[in-house]
Amino acid sequence: MSVTRQMIEAQAPPPLQARPWSTARVSGLAAMALWLVVGVGIILFLVAEWDPEKIDRYAPRYFSGLWVTLTLVGISIVLGALVSIPVTAGRMSSSRWASVPAYCYVYFFRGTPLIAQLFLIYYGLGEFRPQLQAIGLWGFFRDPWNCAILAFTLNTAAYQAEILRGALQSVPKGQFEGAQALGLTRLQTYRKIILPQAMIVALRPYGNEIILMVKGSAIVAIITVFDLFGETRRAYSRTFDFQTYIWAAIFYLIIVEALRNLWNLLEDRLTRHLKR
Amino acid sequence: MEQTLTLLSFGPDGWGDQIASGVLVTVSLALATLPLGLVVGFLLALAKQSDEKALKMAAEIYTTIFRGLPELLTLFLVYFGLQIGIREAVAALGFESQIEINSFLAGMIALGVVFSAFASEVFLSAFRAIPAGQYEGGYALGLGKVQTMIKIILPQLIRIALPGLGNLWMILLKETALVSVIGLPDILRQAGIAARVSKEAFLFFGTACLLFLVLAILSSIVIRYIERSVERSEVRV
Repeated sequence: MSVTRQMIEAQAPPPLQARPWSTARVSGLAAMALWLVVGVGIILFLVAEWDPEKIDRYAPRYFSGLWVTLTLVGISIVLGALVSIPVTAGRMSSSRWASVPAYCYVYFFRGTPLIAQLFLIYYGLGEFRPQLQAIGLWGFFRDPWNCAILAFTLNTAAYQAEILRGALQSVPKGQFEGAQALGLTRLQTYRKIILPQAMIVALRPYGNEIILMVKGSAIVAIITVFDLFGETRRAYSRTFDFQTYIWAAIFYLIIVEALRNLWNLLEDRLTRHLKR
Repeated sequence: MEQTLTLLSFGPDGWGDQIASGVLVTVSLALATLPLGLVVGFLLALAKQSDEKALKMAAEIYTTIFRGLPELLTLFLVYFGLQIGIREAVAALGFESQIEINSFLAGMIALGVVFSAFASEVFLSAFRAIPAGQYEGGYALGLGKVQTMIKIILPQLIRIALPGLGNLWMILLKETALVSVIGLPDILRQAGIAARVSKEAFLFFGTACLLFLVLAILSSIVIRYIERSVERSEVRV
């Protein structure tokens, strides 16, 4: 039998081990140092090249370009959402005559580059000028802005149709049956039961699609629409000053990050009943 | 109809040769970018899941920037930025030179950087799908860190990441069309030249779209084949 005669004194905790200089730590610090150098370098460059005259002249143009980009994306997304509804209906239809054309539409617009679609519409349809004039549509297709809206709408409609289809199919079948058992009409079923559930699933993909459109919209600069990127190119071709591109990058990063954070907030808010 | 066929034919009267060479350029640019993007993306994913805060943050900054910038802008930043940067660096050394960056190289770097930013997210979510027991099992067998990664984690990682990487490849293939803007003679640029000379824009841009579609279909066949061959090891009765 052992008897404790003496309590062990409370000990000091073991001394903190210095964190070892592992490869990960060294490379991490080196990478951060590199980013710091790049960041400070860009700021110094912008400060050194700061020219009030240039800012006065080009800042309003950048903001008008920004507005063009945002309206272009906004209009295309909304029109695309409208076009995507019949496409989704066609895609989910059990009739071959509806589902095959819808499938081909989606496959074409998702399988080819947006820039090629834009060229096809702007330059390609320009070739049918006499025919378009005959039916009075030439005025529409002559304007690059209209062509850009048309190309973007058709493109995003294909992507949004896939998002919508995926979301609708994620709603269990029992929900339809339940609604039917309650005697709801088809429209009521969709409006009150299916869509609220489907839209939560579709929320994140829709957000990604908007961000993709904002980024993709830069290509309209090539068909002479002066969006943010178009204004940037014009400013660069007049000044040969590289800071024009850096300002564009800052603008785009702000838009995309703002959208991303907005979407996170929105998702947090709309899915709060699903969290435990 | 006959005129259309002549325009698309090979030989001195048609644009077939030029467009075929454009297809070759598009495919080789995409294939050259892929390994660069995959390796950098994998390293970024490793950095993002490391315990080292600085490393993690550096990788996050990289992804935030290159996922947020339009691809076209990244391309221009690389194309003009590298040229100016090299000129300044050479001037600082006391030489004077006019170095032109090859548009293929600029496209490869820009697309590779964007690809790696997206690929790192795919790899990261694949890493998270692998249970910690797999690492522990590897260490228990006496394998080192690198060996565990290569022999145990990587084969599973590829299988999980493959669908995501397949999507990224499709996006990459389409993004190569942007490099035509800085003068790379790819499908779209050759089609544009043909369209301007022959005044048959719809025909040639339509052909370009169809060629991209064919490339997409071929890729999806290849990706399905790879998926099947990787999955073979998973299902064993």
